[in-house]
Amino acid sequence: MARVLLFGVLRDLAGWREQIFEDVSDLDDLHSDIARLYPDLAEAISGPGVQVAVDKEIVRGNSILSPGAEVAFLPPMSGG
Amino acid sequence: MAVIVQTEVFDPGAALSAFSLGLPDAGGVVSFTGIARKDGGKTEMLELEAYLGFTEPWIEALVEEARSRFNLCGATVIHRVGPILPGEAIVFVATAAAHRRQAFEGADFLMDHLKSRAPFWKKEHGPDGARWIEPRQADYQDLTRWTADQPPR
Repeated sequence: MARVLLFGVLRDLAGWREQIFEDVSDLDDLHSDIARLYPDLAEAISGPGVQVAVDKEIVRGNSILSPGAEVAFLPPMSGG
Repeated sequence: MAVIVQTEVFDPGAALSAFSLGLPDAGGVVSFTGIARKDGGKTEMLELEAYLGFTEPWIEALVEEARSRFNLCGATVIHRVGPILPGEAIVFVATAAAHRRQAFEGADFLMDHLKSRAPFWKKEHGPDGARWIEPRQADYQDLTRWTADQPPR
């Protein structure tokens, strides 16, 4: 189980900010689920400049998700 | 070294007064306040989003970098999130150092990085609707001023 958070333009695109995904053990699993349920979002999070944080640490590539992991998709940051 | 990310409106003058107390090693204090612009009526409201628990540590690491690079004896950052109206302060940065140049440069460095790289997402609400804002090219350009002897963050 992973808690997924969306920020900025991704949140508007998906129409939600936070959602629980059951039965995902790594980021690849999660991507597959997102692609099945929200194809537009899946395309957007694969786009340039979107970073992924697992438990508030930026990761690259696949990553194991511990139960209850928090996965955040971060579109290009706008600065303050 | 304090970093605060908050939704509440704050008074930059009071923040500067509070910061300036208890800095026995400081020879100078520099502050900068960023204010939401009306932009000729194009901006009715700014909406700033942060990733709490991620954004603050990012700013803390930036402040630590500024502290060691410019030998600051004090630094503080206050950053608003949520809805922000024209005329309200968005960001407040203050630095203290033994000598003025370090304090000026420390504040400048902090602002250039906050404006271009900090984990915030900014939406501008105006008469024609809302749009997400990305850093201007000039903001990225400003960053290169600090990269002569080390890579950008």
